[in-house]
Amino acid sequence: MADLKLTNVGKTYGGAVNVLNDINLDIKKGELIVFVGPSGCGKSTLLRMIAGLEKITDGELQIDGQVVNDVPPAQRGIAMVFQSYALYPHMTVRDNMSFAMKLAKKPKAEIDAAIENAARILQLDDYLDRLPKALSGGQRQRVAIGRSIVRDPKVYLFDEPLSNLDAALRVATRIEIAQLKESMPDSTMIYVTHDQVEAMTLATRIVVLANKGIAQVGTPLELYERPENEFVAQFIGSPAMNLLAGEIIETGAVTKVRLDSGLMVASAVPTQTADKGLKVNVGVRPEDMVVAAGDAIYEGTVKFTEALGEVTLLYFETPVDGEPMLAKLPGIHQGLRGSTVRVCAAPEKVQIFAGGQSLYYR
Amino acid sequence: MHPALLGVITIVIGVSGCVGYFYGANLLLDKVIFPARGPNMGRNINRREMIRPWIFLFPAMLGLGLYLAYPVFATLRLSFLERGAGDVYTFVGFKNYVQMFAEDKFMEALRNNILWLVVVPAASTAFGLLTAQLTDRLRWGNFAKSVVFMPMAISFVGAAVIFKLIYEARPEDVAQIGVLNHLYLTFGGDAPQQWLTIPFWNNFFLMAVLIWIQTGFAMVILSAALRGIPEETIEAAVIDGANPFQIFFRIKVPQIMSTIVVVWTTITIATLKVFDIVFAMTNGQWETQVLANYMYTKMFVARDWGMGSASAMIIMLLVMPILVWNVYNARKEMR
Repeated sequence: MADLKLTNVGKTYGGAVNVLNDINLDIKKGELIVFVGPSGCGKSTLLRMIAGLEKITDGELQIDGQVVNDVPPAQRGIAMVFQSYALYPHMTVRDNMSFAMKLAKKPKAEIDAAIENAARILQLDDYLDRLPKALSGGQRQRVAIGRSIVRDPKVYLFDEPLSNLDAALRVATRIEIAQLKESMPDSTMIYVTHDQVEAMTLATRIVVLANKGIAQVGTPLELYERPENEFVAQFIGSPAMNLLAGEIIETGAVTKVRLDSGLMVASAVPTQTADKGLKVNVGVRPEDMVVAAGDAIYEGTVKFTEALGEVTLLYFETPVDGEPMLAKLPGIHQGLRGSTVRVCAAPEKVQIFAGGQSLYYR
Repeated sequence: MHPALLGVITIVIGVSGCVGYFYGANLLLDKVIFPARGPNMGRNINRREMIRPWIFLFPAMLGLGLYLAYPVFATLRLSFLERGAGDVYTFVGFKNYVQMFAEDKFMEALRNNILWLVVVPAASTAFGLLTAQLTDRLRWGNFAKSVVFMPMAISFVGAAVIFKLIYEARPEDVAQIGVLNHLYLTFGGDAPQQWLTIPFWNNFFLMAVLIWIQTGFAMVILSAALRGIPEETIEAAVIDGANPFQIFFRIKVPQIMSTIVVVWTTITIATLKVFDIVFAMTNGQWETQVLANYMYTKMFVARDWGMGSASAMIIMLLVMPILVWNVYNARKEMR
């Protein structure tokens, strides 16, 4: 239930190894912010810096307007859920959840009420006197979440909380977390994951981290529809967005690009007269490619296909050092392997990047 | 013959004997007793696979039986016998035990052993846990650990000699070579003390030797256990607001409790059997007798086989339950 403000936050290990630089972020009360990024991008480090488990070596972190750089974790008003649950193995569920309040010397009645409340929300009533080892993975993660709820923190921190669960349980727990967030509209949550689906479904806003900094901050659909750069374009969405090199030949409300293959593409990204002749990359998501009559943006031989029932993925033959090219067609398409396919895309689905940055955001 | 040559020959004969035994026994089983051919081939293969483990177990079982199991029963038998004139042994029932329990020196040994049992495992485990925790995050922690571990490499008698020097007393007008007396005089003591002759307290001066040795053992095992604690549980405790003491006593120690029990019981067994230290430092004089030294005195000094065996049985009886508990916990730990 608090605002968070990160100003020029950075992290350097041992004065030499720099992992994060100039992170500026404003998190509003009640938001669920998801940090995503490739492994090693520093998303967990950033979360641990907010938690106070890692020292902030540069910049400033404010929680509710108060600088907390040097405030110990327990006094920051945060609670954290770990990937490995981090339950105390020698304590019952009840003791696990009450540990923080007991340390804070809260009255027993208050502790009992808080535990009862958390147990009710998370349906843990029947397990309160069990040890963690007698619980399933999903139950353990619920206890870990319960341990956070009991503390009634200003900010909830989740560090890949679903990564240790199997696929079915992950979906179920994801929905539980979404419902939990809905039942606590005022609480601020920060959630680290490498799973796009979790990011897209849970987040109010997603922070994509890459190259020691923030690549883009925005709502899930902003990131999907209007990626700011090629990195976000290819990171969000699966399979990744196709990129095709070309040159702008017509500018205006609709931009036309002649691709290196000689084909023409129209994009709804507006450009200025001066952009004519600019070398660009055109981005089209595989799911936006349609097999239809009209101006094709790509023509190629299908190397192989993957039929998922719901969709069919076409992998095109590409030159040895060329970018991979994919199309994702709805439904079942058989017998396309080895044949030549022409695909086109609607202008509003076509992105244009110059020097890696989207021309939409100029 | 040159002793080195003799040694080499012994090694060669021993090793080739072992290899020959395993190779030959397996060959005999596979080719002669249960060959994998003929009308009963399937049954033969099954039977020989049931027998094969025993071929490998046999030498160890023979050795343990001959040198461990048999002596236990022989000692039990001896404890009920009395040697009379002309080396004639007669059965006397529990006479040896009754006589032993009536002896002051035996009761003193029993009392002292209990004292050792209370102090040494507790102190060793506590110091071991403390050093393990304190050296864990230190840059020179590994060096400190090696130093603390080093006494483990010293024999009990060697350690006893070292501590005898520490407790050494020289006449008042001569420079003290004993560290303890030197410190004692430096900090206002009146005259050098014969530490090992002060009844009751001298027990603790002897125990110090064993604690000094066993702390290294406890530290190594507990240090590994501490490192095995998931880091996240400690971080979770930090976020929950636990201070370093609370983290240590309420998060770390409970998580390594089973290891602590194993270390504790292992040291307890070593303590119950303590002999060399007492033998080398006081030989049980000045009220420092312990059971193992009492047994040795009866058995090999007084040549009283009956009483010696009886005291050996008492030591075994005392060790047994702790040993069982130790093995039980160690197995639980491994699971």
